[in-house]
Amino acid sequence: MMRSLAVTWVGTLAPLACLLYLAVAASTLEPLLMPLAPEGAPTIYARDSFINLIGWHLMLVFIAIASASIIAISAAILVSRPAGRDFLPLARSLANLGQTLPPVAVLALAVPAVGFGAWPTLIALFLYGLLPIFENTLAGLSQVSAEVKEAARGLGMSPLQRLWQVELPLALPVIITGVRLSIIISVGTATIGSTVAAKGLGEVIIAGLLTDNLAFVLQGGIIVALMAMVLDALLRKVEQKIRRT
Amino acid sequence: MPLVSYQVPGASARAGITFDRLGATLSTLTLIALVLLPVVTLQPNRILPGEGVELEQLARYPTFMLFLGLLILTLTGVTVVSRHWIRLGLATLTLLALVVATGSIASPLLDNRGAFARLALGSGFWAIGLLLGLMMTDAVVKMGLSARWRLVIVTVCLGAIVSVLSSGLWDHLSLMLEYRNQERFWAQGGRHLLLAFGSVLPALLIGVPLGIGCHRSAALRTFMIPLLSLLQTIPSLAMFGLLMIPLTLLTQAFPVLNELGIRGIGAAPAVLALFLYSLLPIVSNTAAGFDGLNPAVIDAARGMGMNARQRLWQVQLPLALPVMLSGLRIVVTMNIGLVAVAGLIGGGGYGTYIFQGLGQTATDLVLLGTLPTIVLAFVAALVIDTLIEFSRKERG
Repeated sequence: MMRSLAVTWVGTLAPLACLLYLAVAASTLEPLLMPLAPEGAPTIYARDSFINLIGWHLMLVFIAIASASIIAISAAILVSRPAGRDFLPLARSLANLGQTLPPVAVLALAVPAVGFGAWPTLIALFLYGLLPIFENTLAGLSQVSAEVKEAARGLGMSPLQRLWQVELPLALPVIITGVRLSIIISVGTATIGSTVAAKGLGEVIIAGLLTDNLAFVLQGGIIVALMAMVLDALLRKVEQKIRRT
Repeated sequence: MPLVSYQVPGASARAGITFDRLGATLSTLTLIALVLLPVVTLQPNRILPGEGVELEQLARYPTFMLFLGLLILTLTGVTVVSRHWIRLGLATLTLLALVVATGSIASPLLDNRGAFARLALGSGFWAIGLLLGLMMTDAVVKMGLSARWRLVIVTVCLGAIVSVLSSGLWDHLSLMLEYRNQERFWAQGGRHLLLAFGSVLPALLIGVPLGIGCHRSAALRTFMIPLLSLLQTIPSLAMFGLLMIPLTLLTQAFPVLNELGIRGIGAAPAVLALFLYSLLPIVSNTAAGFDGLNPAVIDAARGMGMNARQRLWQVQLPLALPVMLSGLRIVVTMNIGLVAVAGLIGGGGYGTYIFQGLGQTATDLVLLGTLPTIVLAFVAALVIDTLIEFSRKERG
């Protein structure tokens, strides 16, 4: 038990340590990256600090996924109540259809609608983030057994109490899994968001691609990858914790 | 009066008139979209934003009036008629009428506006189209059609749209003008599919044995699955970028690779990245498919004198196939979307149009890349759904 705990903490802390090191002291790697940059070009991305870019990137993801969570969870609750039954079949098949929709397509379609910048990225992250959360909330709520719900009714709980005190807590681990999936997809989509001028770590990679500077591509790629890994590991921990209690 | 004792309770309500809350909601939204959003916009040229054309101006054209009439009929239908095939038929007809109407009003509206003026599809067109699509989806879902029939319906709809487009009816709309500028449109589609599927075959050849291995050995599973999930968390653009570096260094060291078409940018890093992403769904679904087999069936096969190889090929693989195919569905739809991202690193495919269009702020070019990508992913998913259905049926 102790050992497995150590292993999983190492799995979170090692990428976190690497990420923090790169974020504050990437310049110490300059001699290593030098051969990858074209002659005379800068080796370390300097138009913005990595800390800033990480901050922007995370902020986009959290704003989008926080609002997506609120909407998706409420919608899933709504269609799983008797009053929303008319909407359930369509909602189910939309969640299914939506998964075939490429995130980059959502991003590209948001640009004609709202222009360049952070907005199209936020909209794309929000819309694409809805699907996993909605689907998992629905799955989580429907796996609460009829006997449990019946027992709660027997205890004299109102529908609202049953939802808050029985159904949602039981569905929570599955809901959190959906939120984790949404966050990981969003980190990736936000990276592509730099092509529509949203601030974030993608701009380091894009700058590298545009100027043929592999050093930029490498540092941008590694930082985004590490950030996604850290988030994934942390959220898996939260999930585990909830499942245990 | 004849006795209808065989009728299920509630069936009479289903056969006649109802009030459908979903239909009412979708109808309200459609009316709001029709009033507030422009169906078409007039652009001075390819890049500048357009100005919405007023609804009353559109109502002068008979084809548009026909569409409006059908739309009202459909909105009423989805709200009060309970037969789903009537709703499906009405919504489909209206969608077709919308496509025909927008095409036929283009050339009179563009009269005397100069050579560069364009008529573009406005937000109203897309919103109404989407809402009609939702009504069709709802009807299809409630009819409980199998994947085969859904595939037939989608093929017929796509065929109808393609024949309208190739009849020249939409030739004056900006989207089609953009299409005619891109001579390689169909070649890009082929390349898109080639890139998306090019990584699936090797991923299957390696992933399926790995998945069977994970089913048999817990140690392999606890090592492989977290490793492959870790790969999956890496954002696509970062993965493409990270793979470019070793590939570039390799081709610098061995120029012979260059002659084979392997380069740091372009298709090579894209296919390699897709291959790595594809492994997780294939491996974990293969393992899950084998885990779910009934041990009694395998015992029976053994009792019949089948050896391990026969059991694998004739019993286990066919029985695990539906679960494995749903892994393939994830992989194929994911890859079609990711190939679009590979347009950024010069991989070709429809992503090229998307990012060129974003760079030039040419909305129609963005659409020309986005719409086919969505259609490809959608149809591919439906084809695999049909395969899954057949593989289930064979299993009995």
